[in-house]
Order: sequence, then C-alpha cells, then structure tokens
Amino acid sequence: MSSPVLAVVRRSPVNGIAVLGLALLLGVLASLTLGSNPIPPAQVVQALIDPARDTGAVVWGSRVPRTLMGILVGFSLGIAGAVMQGQTGNPLADPGLFGVSSGASLAVVLGAYLGFSSMTASLFLAMAGALIASVLVFTIATLSRDLANPVPLAIAGTAVTALLNSVISFLVLTNQSSLEAYRVWVVGSLSGRELDGLFPAFVLASVGVGLALANARSLNSLTLGTELAQGLGESLWRARLVGLGAITLTTASAVALAGPIGFIGLTAPHIGRALVGGNHVRLLPASGLIGAVTLLVCDAVGRVIGGGQAEVPVGVVLATLGGIAFVAIVRRTKLAAM
Amino acid sequence: MSGRQGVDLGFIALPWRARLLLVTLACVAVVVTAFTFGIAAGSSRIGVGDVWTTLLGAGSRAFEFIVFELRLPRASAGLAVGLCLGMAGALTQTFSRNPLATPDILGVTAGASAGAVSAIVIGGGGYSVGASLLGVGIPVVATIGGLLAAALVYGLSWRQGVDSFRLILIGIGVTAILGGLTSFLLVRAQLTQVSAATQWLVGSLSGVSWASVWPMLVVLAVVTPIALSQSAPLEINQLGDEFSTGLGVAVQRHRLAVIVAAVVLTSAAVSAAGPVEFVAFVAPQVARRLARSSRPPLLASALVGAALVMVADVAARVAFGTEIPVGVVTALIGAPYLIWLITRKNREEHL
Repeated sequence: MSSPVLAVVRRSPVNGIAVLGLALLLGVLASLTLGSNPIPPAQVVQALIDPARDTGAVVWGSRVPRTLMGILVGFSLGIAGAVMQGQTGNPLADPGLFGVSSGASLAVVLGAYLGFSSMTASLFLAMAGALIASVLVFTIATLSRDLANPVPLAIAGTAVTALLNSVISFLVLTNQSSLEAYRVWVVGSLSGRELDGLFPAFVLASVGVGLALANARSLNSLTLGTELAQGLGESLWRARLVGLGAITLTTASAVALAGPIGFIGLTAPHIGRALVGGNHVRLLPASGLIGAVTLLVCDAVGRVIGGGQAEVPVGVVLATLGGIAFVAIVRRTKLAAM
Repeated sequence: MSGRQGVDLGFIALPWRARLLLVTLACVAVVVTAFTFGIAAGSSRIGVGDVWTTLLGAGSRAFEFIVFELRLPRASAGLAVGLCLGMAGALTQTFSRNPLATPDILGVTAGASAGAVSAIVIGGGGYSVGASLLGVGIPVVATIGGLLAAALVYGLSWRQGVDSFRLILIGIGVTAILGGLTSFLLVRAQLTQVSAATQWLVGSLSGVSWASVWPMLVVLAVVTPIALSQSAPLEINQLGDEFSTGLGVAVQRHRLAVIVAAVVLTSAAVSAAGPVEFVAFVAPQVARRLARSSRPPLLASALVGAALVMVADVAARVAFGTEIPVGVVTALIGAPYLIWLITRKNREEHL
C-alpha cells in the first residue's frame, strides 16, 4: 500500500472502511478469475449470471465456494485477532492464543491416530477440540481469581497451547499416519477442504462475529485499563465471556474449514489500527475486511504460482508474501501502539 | 522495597533480595540433582554415589567410560541448552516489557529452523538426526541462518534507533516469512525427510557430543556478565523510552547489548539441540513467580531453564518406553507447573 493512499485513508476512518470494501471486491474478482485455468472477468460475470454456460461448472462448482470460504475464514480470523488483542491488551496475541488452533489440531491428529481421517470427521473434530481448549484456558484464568488482569489469561493460554502442541508432536513422531494427516492439515489451505462444512461453519462464525461486534464497546473501555473500565460500569465477567465466545466461535470455524492459518489474526489488527485507529467499533470490521482481502489474494497467488501442478497452500503464501507486505507496512507507517 | 541490598563488584553491581537468593539456591540444588540423575539414568544404571565418585576421578573403568563418554556430554548439553534459553527468555521479556515475547520473535529460531530444514531437505534425503547433529553441517547452517535472521529483524526495525514495539512487529513478519519457507520445503519434501526435519524442529538432545557442548559453555561464560550488567538499566525502562532517556539511561545502547546477548544465547542453544520449545517462555515466568519479583530474575530464569531441560530429558529417556525428543517433554512438564503457579496466586501481575 503506497503512502498517499494511506494518507487519504487516515483523514477519515470511514474512507478506510470504504477502501477496504473496494479491496475486497478486487480480491473476490481475483479469486474468481485466477487459477490453473484462468477465466477472464467478463466470462466469470456471464457464468455467474448464467450457470448453464460451459465455464459455469468451474465458476459455480469450485471458484465461488472457495471464494466464499476464503472470505469466511479471513474475515473470522481478522476479527478474532482484533478481539484477542483488545482482550489481552497485548500486540503479540493472536486468535490461537487460547489454545483454539492447537486444540483443533490435536483433535484432528487424534482422529487420524484412531482412524478417522475423512474431511467431514476432521471438521467436527476440529470444532470440538477448539471449544474444549478455550473453555479449559478460561477456567484456568478464572481460577487465578484475577479476571481484571489480562496477563494470567494470556500466560495460561500460551501454556495450554504449548501443552497441546507437545501432545501433537508426541503423536506425530510416534505414528506415521498421524504425521501424514498433520503435515497436510497444519499448513492451512482452502483447497480440498470439505465444502459440506461451509454452512455450519458460516452459522457459527456469524454468531461469533455478532458477539465480537457486541464486545466492541467493552473492548474500548478495556483499552483504558480494567479499573477505569469497571468504573465506567463495565461488567468484566460479561466483557470477558462475550469476548471469549466471539474468539472461540470465529476461530474454531475458520480453523475447522482451512486448518490453522496463523498469520492473519496476528497482523490484520495492526494494519487495521494504522488505517482506522483504535476504536473497536471500526477496528473490528476493518480487521475482518483486511483478513478477508489478504486471504483471498494470497490464495489466488498460490494457485497461480503453482503453475498448473500442485498449488502452493495459502498458509505458505500468506506467511511469505503476507510477511513481506507486513514488514513493509510496519516500516512505513507511524505505529499506533496498543 | 524492604530487605533490598546491593553487592558491588566494581564492574558489575547487583541488587539482591533474600527471597531471590533462596530461590536461586533452590534452583541450583534442583539442577545438581537433575544433573546427577541425568548421568545415573539410562539403559545401564549407575548408582547416584557412583556418579559422583566417578566424576571426581575415583570410579571403575566401566563407569568412567559410561559417564565420561556417554552420559556426561548429554547431561552437560541439557544443562547448557537450558541455561542459554532461560537467560535469553528473561532478557527478551525484560527489554520488550512483554511476557509473551520469547527470543523466537528476534528471528533466531525461525532463521535457524529454515537453515536446518533446507539442509535436511535440499542437502539430500540420507540424513538421520543423530548423524546430522554429530556432523558439523546442520549446526553451522542453523547458526548462520539464525544470526542472519536476527540481523535482518534488527536492521529492518531501525528508524533513528530501534523501538521495542516496532522490533516485535518486524520480528513477527520475518518469523512468518521464514516459517512460510520452512513449511513450503516440508510440504514438497519426501516423507522420510519430513520425519528427520520434524525431529530436528521439535528439539532433541540425542546424539549431542562435546563438540556441540563447548560452544554453548563459551557463549555462556562470555555473555552472562554482559547480560547481567546491561539488562539492569533496562529494568527501569518499564515506563517507556523517553522516561529512561530523561533519567540518563542510554536506552538504545543497553537494548542493543541485551538483544545481541539474547540472540547469541538462543543461537548457541538452537544450533546444538534444535528449537527446544517453551523453555525460553516458561523459565522466566516461573522464576519471577517463585522470586515474587516484578521482572524476570536473570540467573534464576537460567537455572529454571536448565532444571526444566534436564528433568525433561531424563523423562524423555526413561518414562515412555521408547526415547522421545526432549522438546516434546519440556511443555508436558513446564506447562502444568506454570498453570499451577498461576491458579495458586491471585496477586497483581504485571510485566
């Protein structure tokens, strides 16, 4: 993103959301047209209107569901990251911090260990694993009797994540079929994933996004410090529970669909803060849009540079290209500290 | 702060408290015990008394061979890896003022991993992890990769000085890029190479020799005094750079020294044993809770790290029937302990 664009956007946060909406349209277009068999935009539009055309099968059969999945996953992760960083007040927090991603991964690996390796099984296992892990983390943090303080929550989450990851490593190192399932799953990809899962995941993610938006005002007061937040009449219990529910539902549906995609949740909120400022009412949708755009573009790039053979998984493209873009943005912008 | 006293050795001045001293001594005791059992445990068991008589030069020939040739290098490697990672973790959490920050965000681990995995995957399929750790190949590649990545992170963060927050974000980006390259290599590799690479990526002490222990000991001897003297001024930096500069602290210089120390320590440990997970995060957190201090105490963190790695390595060798990499066990032992410490206390927590 060049600096003049950033300058225009900074002048008004509304412009920021508008620019991101436009970027999302371009991302959708890229996702629909690019691939091992590129289809010109005009033909894509015709096929969208008239599914009976010869390109209709490709467009409606694979490109449209995949694009929808990309938007769902990217938006969920972006918004989950913003809620997580707001809840913990920590710029290093990502949506996987409460063990959601590693709980999902462990469930999938355990499933492969026990012989359930179908995509549908993975989807539901991932969902269950994510929910169990986040409830566990929240219970531990509650036991510290210090809900006002985000530090124990973040530390407990990191500890549980590490614990789950080491159980995964143990299974993967001692069991060949677990390793095979895990190394495909862990990279994160939008291809070859189960489309049947799209609808249940969409329902769950929508509830999560709703909770996140309901959490926006609480996050704003939490940013001022928990004591001030309580002084403003904020119920910490409610604020934490709503936030946790938002993070778990959005992340779980994203992870279940596409595997643990790590980069978006961590970085989208930082770019969002540079674009629209720290007010969560705008920051949450902005982070979601940034996540969706990033994921769509990186997925399309992965299809193109695969060059007709096996495509490069979106997780790899995201980390590499997304990482480079993120470093460039961080170097250029005046950072909005948390 | 009551009971706070100082010791001044001329070039280095250390404030100390009775509780911190007690915790540090307790850690030393645990480390010595774990070291002894690390040498005693194994397929042919040696009595605890025999371990020390042999170490002091009065053991039988058979014991001498087992202790000095087989067990001592590994126990020393565990000790050194733990000390390096624990101290690096404490340094990182101090300068970044963030309890979630580990030396990983300085790019060292990701750089070393990318280097090692390319060596395993591109360098040919015939690598067994034991052979690769014995040979000079992978440790050297990992060291170079780690140092280059750290230099890149620091260089990219430079903008009339380095701000901790920007450094963390750049670190996230660079770590992601290198992680992406690593997983790209893993997705395209043969399954046998993936197995070898996964073993390395988990962190393991099997097959370490004196050749990988000495560099760590040298690094520890050189870096520890620098780390102690340079990190103390940063402890007042909790209120921000401007405040400290106003007090006359050369924040940039101290921060660079602390970062370099953390990078070198991590790099030494990672090139010897691979990225043993979780130690650098958990050791400072445990040490500060035990010492009840507001910031991670450096020496105690290093000792907690050493105790964790050595206990985990003994468990990894004897507890599971088959030997598993130490990196799998560090979190299995460290995480529940940290969680117990968290739930036990309801004091104010800051970093």
